[in-house]
Amino acid sequence: MYLDPDVSHAVKILIVGHFGVGKTTCIGSLSEIEPLRTEEEITEASVGFDDLSGTPDKTTTTVAMDFGRLTLSDTLVLYLFGTPGQERFKEMWEELSRGALGALVLVDPERLHESFPVLDLVERFGLTYAIAVNHFEGTTHYPLDEVREALNLTDETPVVECDVRDENSSAQALITLVKHLMSQLG
Amino acid sequence: MPEGPGQDEELELTSPLVPLFVITNGRALPPDHEYEHTTLVTATGAENGQVAARTLSPEAGQVMDLVADGFLSVAEVAGHTHLPLGVVRILLAQLEEDSLILARTPIPRAERVDRELVSAVLEGLKNRFGA
Repeated sequence: MYLDPDVSHAVKILIVGHFGVGKTTCIGSLSEIEPLRTEEEITEASVGFDDLSGTPDKTTTTVAMDFGRLTLSDTLVLYLFGTPGQERFKEMWEELSRGALGALVLVDPERLHESFPVLDLVERFGLTYAIAVNHFEGTTHYPLDEVREALNLTDETPVVECDVRDENSSAQALITLVKHLMSQLG
Repeated sequence: MPEGPGQDEELELTSPLVPLFVITNGRALPPDHEYEHTTLVTATGAENGQVAARTLSPEAGQVMDLVADGFLSVAEVAGHTHLPLGVVRILLAQLEEDSLILARTPIPRAERVDRELVSAVLEGLKNRFGA
């Protein structure tokens, strides 16, 4: 359960995507620990029934976030945070994006339009990212070029196919992202 | 048969009947950059700590038990204790003030996320999964 006592660096990569795209499954495939969940508090604008003025008020709600861990050496540990991609969670993004190496964006080719708000957040918070197109074995392959075009991605942005239920497939997608991060650092 | 609200909800360690400000002794959240998700914490095992430990709230005691034998991230402490992250951060700030725990920043401040670090991540992933 515990980290190596010599651990000196803890880095994070965000696994992002819309609801139901497979973030939790992906983290479960990769993590060395049973994935854990945090309850994060977020404030939301709301209008109460008894609020006659109709002025939006702020309420606090919690949102669950799953994460996993990968020990990479005696001194280095990587955390993977499954970050929901809706605009209303942008408070969480503020902290999570700080110091994050980058983001792996999970995309469902049948629901591409749901990935636009996710990409918005990733770009707004200045995260370098790669796209992993979720592909379940036995379903038809979706042309990656079409995904690139539909999502209006730059030529440099890596787009890979990934079965998030499979450890190796998820790992290769993650490695693709980290190689891309290296190339961006020049 | 009438059922009260929330009767069928799963019992959690922190009952909603105990307001969070009671658990945290009315303390406010530490600044954003303190006790981030990936900040690493462990018990100091300090002598004076044992005296202070006797007066801890049950939740703070639970956090202490969890980090007694090694380092865990703040996120893991929240995950294992099922306490909201904000509460965990406040408890950790209090415990560090009492010298019961020590915290290690995720990336030492002097360093930026640089090529060397990303390279080490890539090597680690390749060693682990092959590439």
